[in-house]
Amino acid sequence: MTAALQKDLVGLEYLSAGQIELILDTAEPFKAVSERPIKKVPALRGKTIVNLFFEASTRTRISFEFAEKRLSADTVNVATPGSSVSKGETLVDTARNLEAMRIDMVVIRHGASGAAQFLGQRIRSNVINAGDGKHEHPTQALLDMLTLRDRFGRLDGLRVAICGDVLHSRVARSNIWGLTKLGAEVGVCGPPTLLPRNVQELGVTVLPRIEDAIQWADALNILRLQLERMQAGFIPSLREYNRVFGVSNEKLGRAPKDLIIMHPGPMNRGVEIDSDVADGPHSLILPQVTNGVAVRMAVLYLLAGGRPESAQAAGKGEER
Amino acid sequence: MNGHGILLRGGRVIDPSRGHDAVADVYLLEGRVEALGRNIGTPAGAMVVDAAGQVVAPGLIDLHVHLREPGQEDLETVATGAMAAAAGGFSAVCAMPNTDPVCDNQGVVGFVKAQAQRAAKARVYPIGAISLGQQGQQLAEFGELVGAGAVAVSDDGKPVASSHLMRTALEYARTFGIPVADHCEDPTLSAGGVMHEGTVSTRLGLKGIPAAAEEIMVARDILLAELTGGHVHLCHMSTRGSVELIRRAKERGVRVTAEACPHHFTLTHEACEGYDTNAKMNPPLREAADREAIRQGLGDGTIDAIVTDHAPHHYDAKEREFDDAPNGIIGLETSLGLALTELVRTGLLSLPELVARMSTTPARIFKLPGGTLAPGAPADVVVFDPEVEWTVRPEEFHSKSRNTPFGGRRLYGRANVTIVRGQIAFQRPSG
Repeated sequence: MTAALQKDLVGLEYLSAGQIELILDTAEPFKAVSERPIKKVPALRGKTIVNLFFEASTRTRISFEFAEKRLSADTVNVATPGSSVSKGETLVDTARNLEAMRIDMVVIRHGASGAAQFLGQRIRSNVINAGDGKHEHPTQALLDMLTLRDRFGRLDGLRVAICGDVLHSRVARSNIWGLTKLGAEVGVCGPPTLLPRNVQELGVTVLPRIEDAIQWADALNILRLQLERMQAGFIPSLREYNRVFGVSNEKLGRAPKDLIIMHPGPMNRGVEIDSDVADGPHSLILPQVTNGVAVRMAVLYLLAGGRPESAQAAGKGEER
Repeated sequence: MNGHGILLRGGRVIDPSRGHDAVADVYLLEGRVEALGRNIGTPAGAMVVDAAGQVVAPGLIDLHVHLREPGQEDLETVATGAMAAAAGGFSAVCAMPNTDPVCDNQGVVGFVKAQAQRAAKARVYPIGAISLGQQGQQLAEFGELVGAGAVAVSDDGKPVASSHLMRTALEYARTFGIPVADHCEDPTLSAGGVMHEGTVSTRLGLKGIPAAAEEIMVARDILLAELTGGHVHLCHMSTRGSVELIRRAKERGVRVTAEACPHHFTLTHEACEGYDTNAKMNPPLREAADREAIRQGLGDGTIDAIVTDHAPHHYDAKEREFDDAPNGIIGLETSLGLALTELVRTGLLSLPELVARMSTTPARIFKLPGGTLAPGAPADVVVFDPEVEWTVRPEEFHSKSRNTPFGGRRLYGRANVTIVRGQIAFQRPSG
């Protein structure tokens, strides 16, 4: 049990390789739950979970909610517009009030880097980071890794290029930590205006052009380009971005091998990724989404104190 | 004033203004240094302070503090700030103009001075704004500010973005012989930044402020000082590039002076790990090489003065997401200890050099009374133990605020007695 998780899941930077593998392994038995006619097991029956989303999210919020419901937890969704946050309440007050209602876990998405850790240090409930600013989005990286492991059977030695707006991407940071800890090689590729300072010190290879990434990698994880980056002057135009850094079948055609294509969504078709790539035979974009539910079930189960060795039984719906 | 006088007996008297560094007695009478010498007998009625084993020096002078009054008296007042200053060994501080209302007129200057007089602790010298409302548009009335008691002008945390305004300020300030103090920051490069741009900001996912944002303005200000012949004083230098630019400018004889803060010669951006908002300040904590350059700059005199940039904030304001927390830390009650620990114990500065950086030179560059123990000089004196080991306990501070990253830190050396105008403004309780 040396690999047991801490109270919170804030980021993959703070996990050991063993802890990451534990989550991925625990996700395996939970995959099956979603494939059954009755998609529910009692593992978290009686647990109360608050999904605290200070930023708009569709995919991640729904994925967490499915994961919670399929584990039989009681869930409440709090989104910014309807909360007292818009009335000026501080994050710590919001959290303390929720905890005063005796909850067990908080899933938080917040625009400020460090918000999940801040919350975790101030409340007793388990805190799961569903994306904090430009810092980490650990469950997204875990589902990316699970998807790669499903496809390749391993992560060790795999070359994964993370392409696009790495500067503003919490998905990129979590993937960099998780993949490098499990022995994969990570490359980053994007315009220098969208790469963070000294990014190579995180243990990654900088690939200047998308053609370099395509030559180098086994898989591409293509990041969403936020459209406001153009207004902020990071790139001259979406058209030029697509031409220079967009992933097209034409560019992929010059690869020495078939590359696996991933994208954390939501996609800007025709900007960072062309439709025929997104919908093509090597795209794992939808399997990523499917794995997202299993990975989040695993995280919730483990943080709630579920024993890894019982996960198989829990996935079959047996009582703990 | 004090009819009886104070005799400081047997301390190591360090007065860089006259190159004095020897065991001696100092006799203060009627607000002035009356005599300095060996074995002065006890004058009738004098209060005797045993300074044996301690340093007796001109009272410390901090050119850069924020006392929050008028406008934010819940964070600090002139009185609590002046008390915290005295407890830190300071006999005088210069208060930045970012109050509410802004110190851009003689009314506010006069009010701050009146509050300081009422408090009767450390002296407080107001710094006037460069521009009305610190808006960077229209020049404030320097003549009236100086007439009311301002000792310098600065737009403080609002960088003077317009090179034209900075040029005008430097030219016009020559009329009154005051320095123009600038917070060097190119706002187009620093916009949205909350810490130093480097490996730590990359890891934490926080927007960085590159060192170049400071250095561009340092270079500009040096060129404008050269153009105008005005005296530019560069606030809280934080990067190795800035130190190098100042060093070269001084070699050319440009009228430039510079200051640095204890946090910049003690900490690096790694203090921001864990999103510690008490490590959030502007300019931000930088890299180890920058910290080393600041130390070397203080060592060779490229950087003239040590200042605190004392910036009180309520704990609620710092108990927030890093992006939303305000910049700044308090420093009056840790500055001397940090300087002794980080600069003197490490051999970078001798004790006389330290006193020069914290008293004599600041007095000279802002043309303030003090910084000397010459007979007839104001009786502004600090008695400090340079060796005593102590632990920083923010809850014991005299400041109204507690925002410091140094809580729990072990330091060596602190003030035991601070005398202002011949009166004891602070005396550390014994035991």
